[in-house]
Amino acid sequence: MIQAILVFNNHGKPRLVRFYQRFPEEIQQQIVRETFHLVLKRDDNICNFLEGGSLIGGSDYKLIYRHYATLYFVFCVDSSESELGILDLIQVFVETLDKCFENVCELDLIFHMDKVHYILQEVVMGGMVLETNMNEIVAQIEAQNRLEKSEGQVLG
Amino acid sequence: MALKMVKGSIDRMFDKNLQDLVRGIRNHKEDEAKYISQCIDEIKQELKQDNIAVKANAVCKLTYLQMLGYDISWAAFNIIEVMSASKFTFKRIGYLAASQSFHEGTDVIMLTTNQIRKDLSSPSQYDTGVALTGLSCFVTPDLARDLANDIMTLMSHTKPYIRKKAVLIMYKVFLKYPESLRPAFPRLKEKLEDPDPGVQSAAVNVICELARRNPKNYLSLAPLFFKLMTSSTNNWVLIKIIKLFGALTPLEPRLGKKLIEPLTNLIHSTSAMSLLYECVNTVIAVLISLSSGMPNHSASIQLCVQKLRILIEDSDQNLKYLGLLAMSKILKTHPKSVQSHKDLILQCLDDKDESIRLRALDLLYGMVSKKNLMEIVKKLMTHVDKAEGTTYRDELLTKIIDICSQSNYQYITNFEWYISILVELTRLEGTRHGHLIAAQMLDVAIRVKAIRKFAVSQMSALLDSAHLLASSTQRNGICEVLYAAAWICGEFSEHLQEPHHTLEAMLRPRVTTLPGHIQAVYVQNVVKLYASILQQKEQAGEAEGAQAVTQLMVDRLPQFVQSADLEVQERASCILQLVKHIQKLQAKDVPVAEEVSALFAGELNPVAPKAQKKVPVPEGLDLDAWINEPLSDSESEDERPRAVFHEEEQRRPKHRPSEADEEELARRREARKQEQANNPFYIKSSPSPQKRYQDTPGVEHIPVVQIDLSVPLKVPGLPMSDQYVKLEEERRHRQKLEKDKRRKKRKEKEKKGKRRHSSLPTESDEDIAPAQQVDIVTEEMPENALPSDEDDKDPNDPYRALDIDLDKPLADSEKLPIQKHRNTETSKSPEKDVPMVEKKSKKPKKKEKKHKQKERDKEKKKEKEKKAEDLDFWLSTTPPPAPAPTPAPVPSTGELSVNTVTTPKDECEDAKTEVQGEEDDAEGQDQDKKSPKPKKKQHRKEKEERTKGKKKSKKQPPGSEEAAGEPVQNGAPEEEQLPPESSYSLLAENSYVKMTCDIRGSLQEDSQVTVAIVLENRSSSILKGMELSVLDSLNARMARPQGSSVHDGVPVPFQLPPGVSNEAQYVFTIQSIVMAQKLKGTLSFIAKNDEGATHEKLDFRLHFSCSSYLITTPCYSDAFAKLLESGDLSMSSIKVDGIRMSFQNLLAKICFHHHFSVVERVDSCASMYSRSIQGHHVCLLVKKGENSVSVDGKCSDSTLLSNLLEEMKATLAKC
Repeated sequence: MIQAILVFNNHGKPRLVRFYQRFPEEIQQQIVRETFHLVLKRDDNICNFLEGGSLIGGSDYKLIYRHYATLYFVFCVDSSESELGILDLIQVFVETLDKCFENVCELDLIFHMDKVHYILQEVVMGGMVLETNMNEIVAQIEAQNRLEKSEGQVLG
Repeated sequence: MALKMVKGSIDRMFDKNLQDLVRGIRNHKEDEAKYISQCIDEIKQELKQDNIAVKANAVCKLTYLQMLGYDISWAAFNIIEVMSASKFTFKRIGYLAASQSFHEGTDVIMLTTNQIRKDLSSPSQYDTGVALTGLSCFVTPDLARDLANDIMTLMSHTKPYIRKKAVLIMYKVFLKYPESLRPAFPRLKEKLEDPDPGVQSAAVNVICELARRNPKNYLSLAPLFFKLMTSSTNNWVLIKIIKLFGALTPLEPRLGKKLIEPLTNLIHSTSAMSLLYECVNTVIAVLISLSSGMPNHSASIQLCVQKLRILIEDSDQNLKYLGLLAMSKILKTHPKSVQSHKDLILQCLDDKDESIRLRALDLLYGMVSKKNLMEIVKKLMTHVDKAEGTTYRDELLTKIIDICSQSNYQYITNFEWYISILVELTRLEGTRHGHLIAAQMLDVAIRVKAIRKFAVSQMSALLDSAHLLASSTQRNGICEVLYAAAWICGEFSEHLQEPHHTLEAMLRPRVTTLPGHIQAVYVQNVVKLYASILQQKEQAGEAEGAQAVTQLMVDRLPQFVQSADLEVQERASCILQLVKHIQKLQAKDVPVAEEVSALFAGELNPVAPKAQKKVPVPEGLDLDAWINEPLSDSESEDERPRAVFHEEEQRRPKHRPSEADEEELARRREARKQEQANNPFYIKSSPSPQKRYQDTPGVEHIPVVQIDLSVPLKVPGLPMSDQYVKLEEERRHRQKLEKDKRRKKRKEKEKKGKRRHSSLPTESDEDIAPAQQVDIVTEEMPENALPSDEDDKDPNDPYRALDIDLDKPLADSEKLPIQKHRNTETSKSPEKDVPMVEKKSKKPKKKEKKHKQKERDKEKKKEKEKKAEDLDFWLSTTPPPAPAPTPAPVPSTGELSVNTVTTPKDECEDAKTEVQGEEDDAEGQDQDKKSPKPKKKQHRKEKEERTKGKKKSKKQPPGSEEAAGEPVQNGAPEEEQLPPESSYSLLAENSYVKMTCDIRGSLQEDSQVTVAIVLENRSSSILKGMELSVLDSLNARMARPQGSSVHDGVPVPFQLPPGVSNEAQYVFTIQSIVMAQKLKGTLSFIAKNDEGATHEKLDFRLHFSCSSYLITTPCYSDAFAKLLESGDLSMSSIKVDGIRMSFQNLLAKICFHHHFSVVERVDSCASMYSRSIQGHHVCLLVKKGENSVSVDGKCSDSTLLSNLLEEMKATLAKC
């Protein structure tokens, strides 16, 4: 199970916060901050797994993250997930974002947080991996965008 | 209305959207909070408007603010409003906000149930999808219970997109509503073989997640997963399955054996590192489960270790990390294979990556031996000095302690060294683990008697330099060691060389800055010290010295009396009074030392942490029983509690009241030691072998070399452990030389002295004799301690509720709750050859439960046997070389599903079933008598049910069950009855006769229909000689008696007296049924009355509608879904407006007039099914709007469908 998915930039500003377990808002912010400080310390050329995010879960949980340009993508997962698998999943997620936003950059995430959520919803659902095939994900997102567009036209 | 809409959209143009909000926040960096609170006010205004678009926009902005940490729970109701918008655009905004902010505490969440249900059954897959996604984040037990059935239906949806989401969300439903697991499991299992890889992967995902928590219940799925593993090419699925096998193998070693080969193949063949890694991991799990007595798997271990070494040596840090992680698993069972890679692991300790260093540390734990412990710890100590981050340093510290203290200090040969390591560790700045070090100091000092003298000297040095430890606040954690130091110095004060000095150190004013609990220990131990000093002085006859010490106490204790800490204050004032009293006595020259020391007589023994829990309840003691109630047996009751109390007294050696007890205790201890010695499973602490060492006279006895260790090492503040390492090396060298000499002399006797060890020491280990006479006292346990391991289980574990036996057939009581007052029942396919199923919507009666329970009990046994056999068979077969032949794919599926649907019964078979049921009942009772012992796995709940059932059964006659559970007609609900309708339609009528007819098809004859014509005599004449002549068409003709021509009439086989009606049946042969038919006909008859007879005729038109060729056939939702999926149906639809009738009745009408049956109904949407006599499938989706009804049809023949829909339109238009 995936416990949380956090995206924040190099300064720790949250860009996407998705918890699959209930935490009050302050605790969520605290977790984001703590996670940020944990990953910030780490060079880019060391491993992408991190133990000791004391706020979420316990020793069973790991932080698996990737750092792209100005953004950190952090997944907090338990031992039922394959570490390398989740790394691939982050890659799939980012590539999907790239496809949907055409050359995604941090600004896209800033101004379209809702859309990023919709894309994430096609990849992970309720903490479980829903789809890993990028073409399938993109197809579903586009179909929903079309549906939205057609509704927009009716509205005039 | 329209104006409002326009106005709304104009308004909206002026509102901020999400982008504006984000931009605004970015532009107000200085006063962000103020700006946001402004925005929230705006949002509150927007939420008050009626326009849903405005509301949705506001909610969208709230979602953004939620991410920034703002609580948006106040808008929960508005979020629900947006969720219920009809437009997908808004709906998903609402669901997103809900998924981010709703939780079990959200009170309005219960309002969503119906909305979600509606969305789940929406015709648009994306509405359904968005609802599922949202629900997965905020499902509560109530929602799970209410929606479980709807979601289960969706698992068989035509769209894989919905199916996979429905499958995934089931896991969340199970967690919140464990009762749904068993009813839903068969279908979930089905989905493992779904044609769509996404759905399959979702099902694997869910089952793996379930099995991870309670693996034993999923063992029976092993063959199926094995098949999947050998056939699937999806790495995601493979990884999940392989991980699952890793969890299953410990339960079934035979499974492991079967797995080794395919896994090894995968390891060799795959190019995906992730898959390779998981394979290695599972092979390791298999090897662990096989570790006993399977020597021929060393090749597999070698393969794993070798692959892992490649990973660890890889430049990719991720692989390195994972390699180390997996290595630590091998370590547990095959330490030797890992130990050979020590170089690599030590190298990783120097890695720049902290995660990797931590993993390497883990490995070290298992790699130490007596020989290398000192060396490894030395290396770690240098790391401790270098480590910059406190977390890593703390980790190092705990690791050092773990490594040294593991298996009862097995690897420590020199405890003086260990104590000095601990003392060195106290010099760490800002560690959180002061208490850990303190605990170790206490443990070692108490349990290793030989080390006490040294420990005391070190501790007194620590106390002396206490100011170093407690000086700054950041070192707070470490002052815990003073607790240990004070206690050790006090308790073992006889070993102190300068007690007076230590006493002064402990009474320094600075001590009062320490935390209260430490001060308390100080106060207590000051008295112990004082007592021993008094004794010394008195024995030496230094009365003045003794008085001086007393004076010191009287002077210094008041500083503790003033303490804010109650414990300190209380102890100090108590002791102060005592000391003052002593002072008075001393003034009178009364010797007091003896009596003061008596305060602390006796020895404290270590007590195992679990000892208290393990105290067995004495036989016959019932803690729930009344103590005082029955006066009569008070005698015996009195006896017991006293006995318990007595026993407990003995367990507190501190206040030992008499000598007799001392002896008793010694005797018991001896007995226990004896017992432990004889118990092969008792992990012995190392003293015993060493003791034996000395007991055995002769060769193996190596004189303990008491090198002058303790002499030079008393200087505090110097790292001393290094010197021990050197000394130790020298000592070992000497020992070795000595030993070699001896070995040459007597080789044979060598082997006799072999010792048993709890773990496997390397050969070199055995050569090392400990430096001191070490007696590690085992922790005390109560006598007859219960050997239970239940301690670790957490009763609050949410996954515990899902520990459910899934192979047991389903009971009626376990059916998922179905919406009441509506016929949404979904039926699951039982066996293929059960043609008709009527559903009972009523809950089964208790009687019935009992019934089923008995059946189940019986069947369960059979089934268990069967399953066991199947699994056994599968496991016992040698692993197949190729993936193809996997025998016995899924055990017990058939039986399971049969039992799944016990309620639905064929109406006409009711009687039969009932009889059978009774038989089963009887048999069940027999069974009960024969085997009164309940099954182990039987749930308590069932037992209760059963007893309840038994009580009831006597009152109720066996037949009453049928009456209670009356079957409800398809589509016709119980309460909203339609006005009685007849299926007979008017054919023709005149003053003499009225003709009504009904056309019935039958599945047996694919081109025949039966026309039942009812003739009613309305006149006062007798009607006789009736003859029916019908003009055949090309397509439809009447079946006439043999020999008669087309133009001949067919006689009606009865006469009708006045007022009487009767029915005649005629068979018609139809060629094509796709079109409606009309046949002209004439009824001729003679009407005879008193006045005479007249010849009369009545013309009629026999209308064969397409609906009349349909036969009501029930269909299961899953079969229905498959049908729709198959894609060879053509589609058409109609819409009828102005319908006022309730949906319920509407469906009933369609069912009645057009011979359909409802497959599933969710809210205002229903799927219906029927079949023509020629086998055309007709599927309908009926949806009700506000005033309209739309019907989408799918049929294997498009003409038939369009004609049917036209007919339906006509029917509906009348509604």
